[in-house]
Amino acid sequence: MHLTLFLAFGAVAVAGAINLLAQTHPINSALSLIAVMAALAGEYLLLGAEFVAAVQVIVYAGAIMVLFVFVIMLLNAGVEEHTKGSRVAILLGVPGMLLGSILVAWVVLRHSGTGSVAIGALPGDPRTIGQLLFHDFLLPFEITSVLILIAIMGAVVLASKPQAVQKGRDH
Amino acid sequence: MPLDTLTFVIVSVIKSAITLLILLTAVAYTVWLERKVVGHMQNRWGPTRVGPFGLLQPAADGIKFLLKEDLTPPHVYKPLFIAAPMMAVIFALTSISVIPIGNSFWIGNHPIPLQITDVNIGLLLILGVTSMGVYGVALAGWSSNNKYSLLGGLRASAQMVSYEISLGLSLVGVLIMAGSFSLREIVDSQAGHFWGFIPRWNIFHGQIIGFFCYLMAAYAETNRIPFDLPEAETELVAGYHTEYSAMKFAMFFMAEYANMITVACLATLLFLGGWHGPIFGPRLMQVLLPIFWFVAKVFVFLFIYIWVRGTLPRFRYDQLMAFGWKFLLPLSLANLIATAIAVAW
Amino acid sequence: MVPLSYYLVLSGFLFACGVTGFLIKRNIITIFMSIELMLNGVNLSFVAFAAHWQSLAGQVFVFFVMVVAAAEAAVGLAIIIAVYRTRETLNIDQVNLLKL
Repeated sequence: MHLTLFLAFGAVAVAGAINLLAQTHPINSALSLIAVMAALAGEYLLLGAEFVAAVQVIVYAGAIMVLFVFVIMLLNAGVEEHTKGSRVAILLGVPGMLLGSILVAWVVLRHSGTGSVAIGALPGDPRTIGQLLFHDFLLPFEITSVLILIAIMGAVVLASKPQAVQKGRDH
Repeated sequence: MPLDTLTFVIVSVIKSAITLLILLTAVAYTVWLERKVVGHMQNRWGPTRVGPFGLLQPAADGIKFLLKEDLTPPHVYKPLFIAAPMMAVIFALTSISVIPIGNSFWIGNHPIPLQITDVNIGLLLILGVTSMGVYGVALAGWSSNNKYSLLGGLRASAQMVSYEISLGLSLVGVLIMAGSFSLREIVDSQAGHFWGFIPRWNIFHGQIIGFFCYLMAAYAETNRIPFDLPEAETELVAGYHTEYSAMKFAMFFMAEYANMITVACLATLLFLGGWHGPIFGPRLMQVLLPIFWFVAKVFVFLFIYIWVRGTLPRFRYDQLMAFGWKFLLPLSLANLIATAIAVAW
Repeated sequence: MVPLSYYLVLSGFLFACGVTGFLIKRNIITIFMSIELMLNGVNLSFVAFAAHWQSLAGQVFVFFVMVVAAAEAAVGLAIIIAVYRTRETLNIDQVNLLKL
């Protein structure tokens, strides 16, 4: 049962990742990335990390990817054009990816004496995670909150209309 | 398949079917209620022709939607144009699955909880699914290839992401008081009375500001007046669903009202004490009264929705964003901090 | 029971896909999405290792990755908007001059 579910979610994730590479329109790529993220939330549930799964859906699929879709809509991004350089990248990149994943798979599977994981092996319920986050990991938590504050201000400054440039171009 | 798993699957399928049936009927009659109530507020009758008091109007509308020509305009991006309404309705219907409407009842020795599934992160699941709901609207606006629809989709995604923060923060106060994400435990924490007569609901238990933050953020999340900028008829010609007709349009309509009902159920569970209320009478009454109280509270919440629609005008878009970020977000944060201090002290 | 290595292979494959997308895609937004895919692949291995070592720290790391990803997405998309505003293209092959 566990293996079946793992394979089902894994197949969705792999298909989504490949589709992200194959599609030429960014909105299709964004949607396949959302499918990957939803499938990964399923994998997290299988591993017992229920809170992480919920946050994955809320933060990644529900907020970050909405931002991506919003920007694609806002900039009216079209189908991507391929140039000479990008063909070289495809010729080198796709075999490189295959080589890389085969290498990882070979190394990992060869040492597969590392044991196996039962369904819901480590229950990550919100209470325990919260206690870890606010006791043992308090300093990293505060640092990330400062980081995100800086990111908010940076995003506002970067995305707001530069008045001087605007005036200079309008003449 | 072992017997337990088989029973589980059968019970789940039956419960899902019943829930879906009830929800869709409720959606149809919420539309009827809205037309009727808004009609009376504007000194009209509302639907009267089909059946007594126009009660068969939803059925007539359903048949009309099914039989109309399903038009696909020529310049749309077809795969997403077809998928968008389906996404909207799927996410709207999924979130109802963790909502409990009463205590368990017993068949023989098997407790049957009155909800499809009780997960201990139920509230997070609802938040996650509703945050995915924005894709239906945004992609509909984009794939229609129409500037008004695109503007509607852009407005919807910006608005829903902005108000989701206030929505989430307004719920955290309740979570701190209940100490759980499970909706059943949150309701159980609201049993009992203060001084023997005021019910111990969260709204009377220091969460009144949280309730109003939730109320306003929920109106924005479900794109209802006064926050219905994504479909503002007067400026955007219905916004994201301008190009939709027949059943595809009906799906957006169903999604909107199903979302309203989910939001009303959530408000009932989190702030209004769920199914708790005066219980009296014979045994059958004692079983049915909790469900009655739950439905009554949901009805009151839906009525407020319609009342607001009949009363308030629409905001301007910059007012909407300023309200969300400069007023609602600080208010819900202040409520959260005050609750945390009160609980710790 | 699923061997830990299966989770790691899936995670490695997603990471490799992310790297490839980063290399072969020409649209800035898609390149950015490839980075998110890499982060997701890494997150899966964090959670799998957390289950294997019976330590919740792995799951906490995922939160930090998500926070950093969110911050990165906000700033990165703002940069993309700024680039589009000055150069009116999203193709990185045409964004190759420091001067406008």
